[in-house]
Order: sequence, then C-alpha cells, then structure tokens
Amino acid sequence: MTEALLDAQSITKRFSGINALDHVSISVNSGELVALIGPNGAGKTTFFNCLLGLLHPDGGQVRFNGVDLSGLPVHRRCRLGMARTFQRVELFTGMTVRDHLLVAARARTSNGGLLRDLVNRSKPTSEELDEAEATLELLDLTPVADRAAESLSLGKGRVVELGRALMCRPSLLFLDEPSSGLDVSETFDMGEVLLKVQRERRTAILLVEHDVPLVSRLAQRISVLDCGVLIASGPTAEVLASDEVRMAYLGTGVGT
Amino acid sequence: MVGDFFEYALRGLPFGCVFALLAVGLVLNYKTSGVFNLAFSAQAYVSAAVFFLTRKEWKWDLIPAAFVAILVVGPLMGFILDRVLYRYLRTATPLAKLITSLGLLIAIPEIVKLVFGFGSKPQNNPPLLWNVKRSDQFIWPANSRFSLDAAQIPTILATVVIVIAMFVLFRYSALGLRMRAVVESPRLAELNGVDAERISLAGWMLSSTIAGLCGVLIAPLFSQLVDQDFFTLLVAALAATVFGNLTSIPRTFVGGLLLGVTQAELTGFLPANSDLATAVRPSLPFIVLLVLVIGRLVVARVKRQDIAFTKESTDPMAGVDPPPPVPVEVLRPPWMTTGTRVFGMAVIAIGLYLCWNVLDPQWLGFVVAGSCLGVIMLSMVMMTGVGGTVSLCQATFAAIGAFGTAQLVNETGMSVLLAMVIASLGAALVGAVLAIPVIRLPTVYAALATLAFAIFFERTLRPLDWIGGGSVPMKVPRPLIGSIDFSDDRNYLLLVVVATTIISVGVILVRRGTTGQYLDALRGSPAAAASIGISPARPKLVAFVVSAGIAGFGGGLMASYYEQANYDANFVFIFGLVWLVMVVTAGSRSVQAAIVSGITFFIFPKLLDLLFAWPGHYLASNPSTSGLARSVMELPEPSWGQGIAFILFGIGAFTYAKHPEGIIEFQTTASLNRIIARLDRRKRTAEGGASDNSTAASKPLTEVTP
Repeated sequence: MTEALLDAQSITKRFSGINALDHVSISVNSGELVALIGPNGAGKTTFFNCLLGLLHPDGGQVRFNGVDLSGLPVHRRCRLGMARTFQRVELFTGMTVRDHLLVAARARTSNGGLLRDLVNRSKPTSEELDEAEATLELLDLTPVADRAAESLSLGKGRVVELGRALMCRPSLLFLDEPSSGLDVSETFDMGEVLLKVQRERRTAILLVEHDVPLVSRLAQRISVLDCGVLIASGPTAEVLASDEVRMAYLGTGVGT
Repeated sequence: MVGDFFEYALRGLPFGCVFALLAVGLVLNYKTSGVFNLAFSAQAYVSAAVFFLTRKEWKWDLIPAAFVAILVVGPLMGFILDRVLYRYLRTATPLAKLITSLGLLIAIPEIVKLVFGFGSKPQNNPPLLWNVKRSDQFIWPANSRFSLDAAQIPTILATVVIVIAMFVLFRYSALGLRMRAVVESPRLAELNGVDAERISLAGWMLSSTIAGLCGVLIAPLFSQLVDQDFFTLLVAALAATVFGNLTSIPRTFVGGLLLGVTQAELTGFLPANSDLATAVRPSLPFIVLLVLVIGRLVVARVKRQDIAFTKESTDPMAGVDPPPPVPVEVLRPPWMTTGTRVFGMAVIAIGLYLCWNVLDPQWLGFVVAGSCLGVIMLSMVMMTGVGGTVSLCQATFAAIGAFGTAQLVNETGMSVLLAMVIASLGAALVGAVLAIPVIRLPTVYAALATLAFAIFFERTLRPLDWIGGGSVPMKVPRPLIGSIDFSDDRNYLLLVVVATTIISVGVILVRRGTTGQYLDALRGSPAAAASIGISPARPKLVAFVVSAGIAGFGGGLMASYYEQANYDANFVFIFGLVWLVMVVTAGSRSVQAAIVSGITFFIFPKLLDLLFAWPGHYLASNPSTSGLARSVMELPEPSWGQGIAFILFGIGAFTYAKHPEGIIEFQTTASLNRIIARLDRRKRTAEGGASDNSTAASKPLTEVTP
C-alpha cells in the first residue's frame, strides 16, 4: 500500500499538566474525506493546530506526502499543500473578498516581492484573476466579491475562508467546523461544495464537525476524539453505530 | 574580593529601590488599565513640580505641600486622564494606547512649564520629602561603612510599603481581581455585573497617585527638576518591568533591585577610566532592557514554546467593535484618484513656485528642513503604517544616516549624494540586525526594544569618534551636481522635493504591492496569513529594513542641509517620539500626512512665535493702551511658541483612538463621501427621481460622523 497523504503518529500535547492530546494517530489518503468528531473540549482544534504547526506537539510525528514536518513553520507547511479554515473565523480586516482570494493566490505562486513592487509589476495576473473568479463562482461569492470581508455574516465569512484556502490549491484541506454559523440550506450547499471540491480537484479533506448528518453524508471515514484520546476510528457507518461513540458523544437515538 | 562584592551590592540597593519603585508603579498602571503608560514619568513630573512650587517658592510646610502634591494632584490627574481620555480607549488597540501615552508624555511637561512659568527660571535642588538637610548622610547599620543620603531613606521605605500593598491588593482583594477582569475585557466584566467605569477610574487614580509619590521621591536625586531626567529614569526602570513580565509585582521589585546592584557592581569592579566603563555604565539599564526583551524570544525558541499567533487583543467581546473604516483607496473611483493626483501635483507646483519666488530666506529654510524631516517621517509610514511595527528609534536611524554621510564625505572625499545613499544602506543594515528580533515582538515589547536601542545609541555609540565624530558636530557639505550648486536653499529645496517624490512613490508602490498585501493580511490575522503560506516575518523585515534606509537617507539630507551632522539639535530620541506621534495622528499610512507633518514640525512653532510676539510689538507701537487690554496683551511671551506647539502635537494624539486612519485620511474620506453623495443626488435629479434600491446601492461605504 502506498504511504498515506497525511500520516500523524502518536501526537501528544500537554498544557500545564493536562493531557490535551494523548498519543493520537490519524491518516488521510489522497482524495479522501475524513471527519474528526468529538465533544467540545475533546482536543480537535488542538490536534489541528499541532498538525498545521501553530502548536508544537510534545510528542509524535507528522508526515505529509512523505515529508517529516517537525520544526516546519506554518507557512512552509501550507506551501507543501496543506490549507485550513478556522473555528473562530479569521479574516483580513480591510480587505475585500476578492482580495482575500488574490492574496492567497499570490502567496502560493510567490510571484512578487519588493523589487516587483517598486517597478509597479505587482498587479494580479490574468491567471490569478481568472482563478479567483472561478472560486468566487464555485462558492457563490460573486455578489459580495467587492465587499469588505468584515461586513459579511459569520456564515459568509466561513465561505470566504474556504475560498481563501482553496486558492492555495491544497492537496489536503483542513476544515474546522465549517458549518457552524450556517443555516440549514447554507450547510447543505457547503456540503455540496465540499463534495465537488473533493471529486473535481481530488482534494483530500480532514473535517472537524459537530453536524452529524453532514458528516455522515460526506465522510468516508471517521475518527472520534474524547478527552484527548482517540476512542474510535473507521468507516463512517461502523463508527456512528459503535456503542462507545454513542456513550461519549452522540447520545442515544442520534446518527442512525 | 567577596567582601567588596557585598559592599557594592549593598550600595546598589538604594538605587535599585528607585528603579523598583518606578517599575512597580508602571506595572500597577499596566495591570489596572492595560495601558503601557510611558507618560508615567510625566505624571511623576507634575507632582514633583507642584511639590517644588509649594515648598520652595511658596514656602509651605512639608505636610500640606506633600499632601497636595501627592494625594490631591495625583488622584486628580488620574481622574482627569480616565474621564477625559482613557475611558474611551478601554477597548482600543495596544498601538492606540501607546500613541496616546506618548502624546501625553510630550504634552504634560510642556503644560506644567507653561502654567508654572518654569521656562524662564531654573529649578535647582528639588526639596526632600522629610525635614532634614539635603547634605545629611545616615550611617546604617550603626558603626558600619555604609551610608545612605537624605533622598534615599524615604524612597526605600516607600518602595517596600508599596510593593507589599500592591501584592496584597492583587493577590487577596476583590478590587484587585475586578481590576484585572476590567483590563482583560471591560465589556465582559460589565456583563458580569462589574462597574467597569468605576473600577477603571479607581485604577487610574491609584496609579496616578503612585506616579505622584515617585515624582516627589525621585526629584531630589537630580540637582535640577528636568522632565527628561524623569523619562530617562523611567526607561531605565523598564528593564525591571520586563523582568517581571509586565505583570508580576514581586518579580518587578526584585528586577529593580538587581538592576541597582548590577550597576553598583559595575561601578565598583570596572576600572574607573576604562573605555568599557565609560561606554557601558551610563547605558547599562538600556542594554539590560534590550537583552531581556530579545532574550525572551531566544528562550521561547530554545524551549520550542508555542508562538502566540492570536491577535494582540484577546478580548472575547472584541467582535462587537464596528469594523475599521474602509481605506480611501478602496472607496475612491479610479477617475477620482486621477483627479486627486492632478490636483495634488498642481498644489505642489504652486507651493514650489511660492517657495521659490515669494518666501523670505528664513521661512524657505524651515520649509526645506521640514521637507527633509518629511523624508524621515515617510520612514515611519513605511514602518508603522505599512509594516505594522512600532519603532521608537527612527530618529536614531536618521542620525546613523547623517553620521554616515559625514564620515564618508570627510574620510574619503566622495560626493555627498553618493555618501547619503551608502549611509542609508548602512542604516538599513543596522535596521536589519535590529529587526530580526523586533518584528517578532508584540507592540509594547517592540516599542521598548527600539526605545532601549535609541537611548543606547545616544549614550554609548554616538560619543564614539568613529560614529558621532566626538563632541563637535561633523561638517557635511551641500551637493554639487555639474553646474547646479545646491548650497543655494532654493536649489536644495528642488533636490529635496525630487527625493521626497521618488520615496513617496516607492512607499505607495510597496503599500499596494505584494509586500503591502501580505502586510495587510498579517495585520488582519497573523494565523490566517501564515496558513495561506505568507511568512509572518519576511514582509515585516522588508518593511523595517526599507524604513530604516529611508530614515537614514532623510538624516543625510537634513545633515547636508544644515551643513553639519548635529545630533543634539536634530536627532535626539525624544524628537523621534514627537515625530511618530505627529505622523500617526495625521495618518500613519498616508504619504501626504508624513510630508505635511514634517513641514508643520518646523513651521508651526515659528508661526506661534509670531503670534505671541505680536501683542508685544503692538504695545510698543501703541504705548497708550491700558487697562484690561494691556494686562491681557502683556501675558503671552514670545518664547511660548515651541512649548505650545509640542502641547498641541501631543494632544493631537488623542484623536488617534477615534480615527486610527489619521486625521488627514479621515478628512479625505469624509470629503470623498460628501462628493459621492452630491454626485449621486445630481444623478438622481437628472434621472428624474430614482427608486429606493438605487439609493441604497450607491450609498457611501462608511458612515461619516460629524
């Protein structure tokens, strides 16, 4: 079997004596959609931050595309093909939606710098503009493309974050609760977009999500985290049916 | 040897207490208000001045004089600062708070000097806080070799009492807990039933009282009452606050004592006349400050601590703030941008014509000097407005450029313009070395590190022959290109205008280029910027280095204009603070703001001088004036100009919290919105009345409050 796209082994993280993550392992294959679920405070976001370099794990190793990521800063991990969205929306205040996408495209191509700025060669290229336009259309953001990002609703802000992450052309997309703040129909649309991205661009997705119906619609595999410990991992239907998962997270009568 | 060590250590303790007292006061102020209050020393100066006035000039008794200076003036000042100013700033950014405190630092001492008439007479031998003679020495313990002088004993006692009281306040009292909650998130505290207004007011009155006590206690350490001595001492004490992580009162106390002891050990063990001793001793606290601030980064890196990628404001209620105003560049349609540019060029052309043909030589000189300063201020636009880094050492980079130009011309005989360029590259290089740690620091620490560097340069590097050229300012000639001799001020003005234009265009191109976009992204959210592949350090490093280079070039231009690299007249670090406040007030992202501020810095005080001299002239030519008119007209003195100008520059900073985009930018946006609205109305009238939808669509993007 070929090596998984993302292979995190035995990630451990302690915050002043509390075990936030205790030897958590996860793997995601190319083009696969994996969900990570668990109650609030289970350590899902901490796990994301450890995988993406915002936090240094106290133990364990993360490999991406065969590369050991230890010690690599966040922006270098992105250039290897990892992009993300945030649980608390992180937008660039003062920038329009289109600028969010364009700056991400520019960061991917590294097609700029001081010297180009000084000779006025920093304007977006036609490819960058086209790609931004396509992403705006994909996510139905065209009507708000020229609005300042901070003037959007929380739900739209999440979609902008997704667009910005897609402009990095990631091979693995990390989504931290993409449906929170979205209403039912927006959540449905978001699910469709994710499936489309996964199918058309062959982008693998690691999804942290509380919306179990959405998860069961999208994910091929699920891992369940509780109190920093991985309690279940496997194909979606099996995991959602497991008693232990019901006890820890779902409660009875949900997820079937 | 060991005995000597302890003896020196014991001698250092009283000085350590002075550092500790100031540092603890500052930490208390920071913990209760969230403001890193660099104006703490100015508040101390007010009480010291009141004590001086009541005790020495009005001959009051000790008790009433001390009561008024510390327990009346102190809390009153805190009351005024909170009610008039800081209550509106509780949820402001660290930068807004810092700039406001710098504004106060500049304005308050000038107000005191003006109101008390300190400008005209010296204030020698500030009085002690107890009834003994200044020259008295006290042996303690009895029969030992250690003595304390009259100023030290009350300082030591006060320090110990205050440290214990503050420790108890924060550790055990409900008030201390509420104070911390209000600083963390005033709105959340209010939602939980804490009266944030009253708590914050109490915090300011308390810390201001301690500032007053510090002032009265510390004043006798100097032979004269000078506001700048207070500030320098405060900056020296900052090392102790950093040692205490800006929060721990016991650690700050220990840090202060250690600082005093280290200084005494150096005095004892370093040979009195060695170069090392003369170089290091006066700037030890600033070196320690720089080392401590940078050391924190190194420790974090070695221990692989997690980097704080969060925004500096950790207030969970920050989301309720209205979004910042949309920048003018976004708001303005392209045709209007072109129009503004043409209009701007016309204004510059007319201004140049007037300077060239109408202005008398003295005023022309102010305009030229102001334009040179404009270049230095453009470096601040690059650093703070574009790069998002606070630097309090831009005047130092300018000085490096000036000295570099002078040294190169004098040593190698190269052309002045070439020397300016090479010297500015030198300043950029120094900037690069400093930037590597500074760009990774939060606002307050970056400010402290750059301030420490500025004072270190002033005290230790500048006096060296190979840098500052010794005690006499080095000569710098004016450039000579072909047949154009720039020793004529009008020609030099042209040269400066050309340089300013090129640099302004460069700054604008960087601001809206890839570097500027990356920096905007980093300012918006460092974590998100890194997550799309933007290096958190590199664009900031670029902006810092370019800014240092621009400042260096501006310094060279200014030195060449004055035909000497005169540090004391043009580049002292305190000027750098005034300049920064002016630029940020006018608009930290705007090149017009930089140039206007530069010229204003030179012209405005002179205009005020004219204004205040006018009644004197009038009375001289109309001796028959009498009564009220005469007494009013005799009031102003021609020397008031500089002081009042500084007061106004300082007070201008108060607008920053409300208009972080700057006054010029705010006015531009406001007038732009008016124009857009008017055009819109005209269009609708022409169309014969339009539906409500079109009104909403063409509404200005930002609300303009009158």
